[in-house]
Amino acid sequence: MKKLPLLGDEAIAQAAIDAGITAIYAYPGTPSTEITEYVSRSKQAKEKGIKSHWTSNEKTSVEAAIGVSYAGKRAMACMKHVGLNVAADPFMNSAITGANGGLIIVSADDPSMHSSQNEQDSRYYGKFALIPTLEPHDQQEAYDMVHYGFDLSEKYGTPVLMRITTRLAHSRAGVTLNVPKKENELKLPADLRQFVLLPSIARKRYEMLLNKQEAFEKESTESGFNKLIDGVDKKLGVIVSGIAYNYIMENFQHKNFPYPMLRITQYPLPTAMIKQLVESVDEVLVIEEGYPLIEEQLKGIMGIGKPVHGRLDGSLPRKGELNPNIVGKVFGIESSYRDVNYDFLVNRPPQLCNGCPHIDSYEALNEALADYTTGRVMSDIGCYTLGAYPPFNSINSCVDMGASITMAKGAADAGLVPAVSVIGDSTFMHSGITGLVDCVAYNTPVTILIVDNEITAMTGGQASMALGRLESVILGTGVHPEHMHVIDPRRKNHEKNVEIFKKELAYDGVSVIIARRECIVALDEIRKEKQKLAKVN
Amino acid sequence: MNLNGFFKRDIIISGVGGQGIVSIASAIGYATLEARLFFKQSEVHGMSQRGGEVQSHFRISNEPIYSDLIPMGSADIIISIEPMEALRYVNFLSMDGIIISNKNPYKNITNYPELDKIWDSIMAIPNSIIIDADEEARKIGSSKAANMILLGAAAGKIGIEFSMLENAIKTLFGRKGDRVVEINIAALNRGREIFLGK
Repeated sequence: MKKLPLLGDEAIAQAAIDAGITAIYAYPGTPSTEITEYVSRSKQAKEKGIKSHWTSNEKTSVEAAIGVSYAGKRAMACMKHVGLNVAADPFMNSAITGANGGLIIVSADDPSMHSSQNEQDSRYYGKFALIPTLEPHDQQEAYDMVHYGFDLSEKYGTPVLMRITTRLAHSRAGVTLNVPKKENELKLPADLRQFVLLPSIARKRYEMLLNKQEAFEKESTESGFNKLIDGVDKKLGVIVSGIAYNYIMENFQHKNFPYPMLRITQYPLPTAMIKQLVESVDEVLVIEEGYPLIEEQLKGIMGIGKPVHGRLDGSLPRKGELNPNIVGKVFGIESSYRDVNYDFLVNRPPQLCNGCPHIDSYEALNEALADYTTGRVMSDIGCYTLGAYPPFNSINSCVDMGASITMAKGAADAGLVPAVSVIGDSTFMHSGITGLVDCVAYNTPVTILIVDNEITAMTGGQASMALGRLESVILGTGVHPEHMHVIDPRRKNHEKNVEIFKKELAYDGVSVIIARRECIVALDEIRKEKQKLAKVN
Repeated sequence: MNLNGFFKRDIIISGVGGQGIVSIASAIGYATLEARLFFKQSEVHGMSQRGGEVQSHFRISNEPIYSDLIPMGSADIIISIEPMEALRYVNFLSMDGIIISNKNPYKNITNYPELDKIWDSIMAIPNSIIIDADEEARKIGSSKAANMILLGAAAGKIGIEFSMLENAIKTLFGRKGDRVVEINIAALNRGREIFLGK
């Protein structure tokens, strides 16, 4: 069988294509972006007519996927871990409605926060929603588990959560593919009120979900993904989840692993397997990438009567990504390496590209704000967040998608006037519009700078929902046309742009300034998109 | 390392976001496929790609590979497109591992350290080599091929047949036309010669 070299993300994408999905929806977010990008570029997906859509945000992604499932077909929604917070409402409620066609939600976590503002562990969402959760340990298992996950979803009429982490998402390995399936026929739910979560129906659906728990656990025990492997040394039993398994095996390559081990890649946790392991050993060590989810459950409040080691008792670091050295150390394996410390080495933080339009936007904004006290610029998530670094030092917040506008509103309400918001075009469409409506409703004195580079740049250049419709959306929220400006952020326009900023900063109401110039690294793509758009219009 | 038929190579490719470490990784990737070896290649996507420090872990073996990350003390080679970036990963090198680095700094920071200190520290790792890859590539026809000079210098150490790396370049750059393929293959060969002291 031929192997394809695929990133973990791409293995999931190829599996979704082969498993007969009808549609995939996503908002780009590292480390999940390459799943949907792969489907968008796939010739096979095109031939099969698979809909691959970037959506306004993760909530709309999951909702559209639920709609596909309602119609009896298979769908996938992909996001980064914090995106699942945005989609939490449809996600949690999809557990109650259940699925009709197969439904998988993929959430890619980012332990050590390589490109994120926290390292939350999506497995808690799976537990919270009471749905099966899959945590593949390598690229091949990611591929296989998508097939299994869709079958599982349809067998029990439940959405399934797949949780991966950065290292799997962005690591490539050879993957063997299955025979592709066709998409499902259109088939509405047998009960047309299944998705009507009126309290009277929701209570019944919730009862049904609770009643499925035993079957979900049985699947975890019997599917073959969770494995109990015996060992000769019963002093210690090891419970290891997901990718952490690789780090154990790396340390014991060409050696027998001495301890009994339970490898977890499927949840809810297989209680019987855990009991079997715990009963046969003196102490337990839990190794998991992310939060101590299994460890906490094992310890509980009363404990299991045996010592449990892991991230909570300091056997492993409480936070951050694992690696082969950290995991080796817990087994007493010290590797020899050149323990050098070059004190002259300096960090090289990411920065705005040469010629980036955001540079000109920040230079103009900084100058316009020079007359005021500092600390009044709320910002958001995108390349422009790099404006926090020198030489700009322009921004004072980056919390969650869209928060710049609403935080500026709050700051202004608290008396910080003028308050400024800096937000990207794609982030504005993601979660900025509703905040703008709030500002307009109360005529809050905020100046909103939309740095419009006409693409979702930070994640590598995906389509922006704002392209060709930004002004009409802004005016539609009720912003006064006199206080909406479109400027061209370039050196030669600096003085003119500073004046516009100054004027709007002094205005006692909502102003929106769109600084529009194409992302310097995605010029060609943006121009192509614009041509397409011009044809449609 | 070649014990009882077990073969493995751990390679760290380092540089600055935008310098093109991906082409080196892709070329090794194609060659690994032709050699029918197992591989895992971990990449950096996201924020660091904007002019930050980036690295790729490339692992090759004739047995299945577990960890996507190279353990500290295990790397056989660091191939670095930027000299300071090579030093960031020295504790990943095995005790007989070597550095193959470009000579030219990428100064997108104001506090870039003294270059002599960097070069000396690289050369303090036995059998390491610093190459003016940009200049060598320019002589061949395009400074863009500097990566392939460095890959060529590493070729002997990687342990995959040289012709497979050449084929990889044909696959990788084929779409860009014969001239680009020729320059990159010439660069690969020039890199090998430099490493052999020719």
